[in-house]
Amino acid sequence: MSNLDIILQQLANGLILGSFYALVALGYTMVYGIIKLLNFAHGDLYMVGGFVGFLILSAISGLLGESWTAIVCSMVLSMLAVGLLGVIIQRVAYRPMLKAPRLSILITALAVSMILSNGVMAITDGEYLAFNTDLGYEGLDFGNVFISYTQLALVVSACLLMVTLTFFVNKTLYGKAMRAIAIDQDACKLMGINVNRIIGLTFFIGSSLAAAAGVMAGVYYGSLHFSMGFVIGLKAFTAAVIGGIGSIPGAMLGGLLLGLLEAFGTQIPFIGSEWKDVFSFGLLILLLILKPTGILGKTEIERM
Amino acid sequence: MNVTDLVLELQNVETYYGKIHALRGISCSVRAGEIVTLLGANGAGKSTTLRTISGLNRASKGTIIFMGEDITGKQPHEIVEMGLIHVPEGRRIFKGMTIKENLELGSFTLKDDSERQKRMDHVFELFPILHERRNRDSAMLSGGEQQMLAMGRSLMTKPKLLLLDEPSMGLAPFLVKEIMRIIVRLNKEGVTILLVEQNARVALQLASHGYVLETGRIVLKGDAETLRRDESIVKAYLGE
Repeated sequence: MSNLDIILQQLANGLILGSFYALVALGYTMVYGIIKLLNFAHGDLYMVGGFVGFLILSAISGLLGESWTAIVCSMVLSMLAVGLLGVIIQRVAYRPMLKAPRLSILITALAVSMILSNGVMAITDGEYLAFNTDLGYEGLDFGNVFISYTQLALVVSACLLMVTLTFFVNKTLYGKAMRAIAIDQDACKLMGINVNRIIGLTFFIGSSLAAAAGVMAGVYYGSLHFSMGFVIGLKAFTAAVIGGIGSIPGAMLGGLLLGLLEAFGTQIPFIGSEWKDVFSFGLLILLLILKPTGILGKTEIERM
Repeated sequence: MNVTDLVLELQNVETYYGKIHALRGISCSVRAGEIVTLLGANGAGKSTTLRTISGLNRASKGTIIFMGEDITGKQPHEIVEMGLIHVPEGRRIFKGMTIKENLELGSFTLKDDSERQKRMDHVFELFPILHERRNRDSAMLSGGEQQMLAMGRSLMTKPKLLLLDEPSMGLAPFLVKEIMRIIVRLNKEGVTILLVEQNARVALQLASHGYVLETGRIVLKGDAETLRRDESIVKAYLGE
């Protein structure tokens, strides 16, 4: 393989990984932006999304097989179900804590994370589940570089979701209300905005994006495990901070950067792919020292 | 006094800020078409009164009646939908969003896009400077322009009652005049106004009558002319 081939192949790998990170990071950053909560349960919603997608796919595979149609259907349904789960978590666990000291709600988020991951562990006996699809192995072959149609479709769907979100947040009244709540909640109330409803909507969107990434990861890796939300939760958090926590374009940028960094990091001589987490978290530490607000983040005085 | 033209009535309203007893029984009323002013020193409870009316703070006792309906304990967004709009102290515009976006948020309760456009045209006609800068970040506006935006935003729905909290705060004298001119014009267009001011001299020129607050109580009330002549008011709030 020539150097150019390696670069192209890692670019493709990095973009796929990066779009998963970006989708999950979006939920992190949106929830932080609106209620200043680091929702540690967010990675677990990605995991639950994968499992719900698997369940739905198994249920409809008799009818539709394991084709693209079936996968898109299960992804959409999983997004709706996990979005709703996110709203319920927000309503039951977080809303009563909003006026409590900040640490209480953080600990609540950790508890929700444990309930979700251990719940799925109990149901699945801690086993790996094979996420079977019959999408085939065709793809674009450029000699030494191979990109499967599945990979291509995953990146395209992730991009579509992000474009839709960007449109929603910037062009619709509800999207603008979401951004306004991140700026000044009381002023939003005086505009006639039902702040609790918009917070619920934010959880719905963030959670459903994580679920989409979960289903995509199931398709891409071919298996699911209850612990898969933990590391991606940390990575997505890293991506959100790198991009500037609270910033939606920042989360997309941070996710893609992180994915590319990990993909190219594996190509450094004598350093194997098992070191990729070191790159991510190393970058996080470096960035927190050099530019704590992140690439697209605004300077803001923390009101702990 | 005709009871039916009462727009707002407060009956013995009490409010706590944490443990601070901020309002200790406020009773006042505003009739349709009036400009009424609340005067008082810093910390007298003027802003708390407005925040309690618009639902940002909760009254622990007493009743607030708006257009004949009890609104005590209602959520702020429900009160806004009834046509009671509060322009808070410090303007509280959405910095980081454009002027146009700020105005659109002011019309959040409107469902009809053509109505939204009509209202926005009206606001741009009142404040041409906002039209000129409509696509700029509102954080770039000067203090006077921010006050215009805050007022413009409140006019995006057709308010029945406008609560204005210190619209002249921190503004140069010619801007204070400009804002006051707008207040009079809005009032002539049929908007009833409850105006909180530290600048009592200006407020008493516009208002038909006023109330004076001191440590959460109303200590004096009367028509503007009488208040202007009252020696104690003059001494305390007009800076003689």
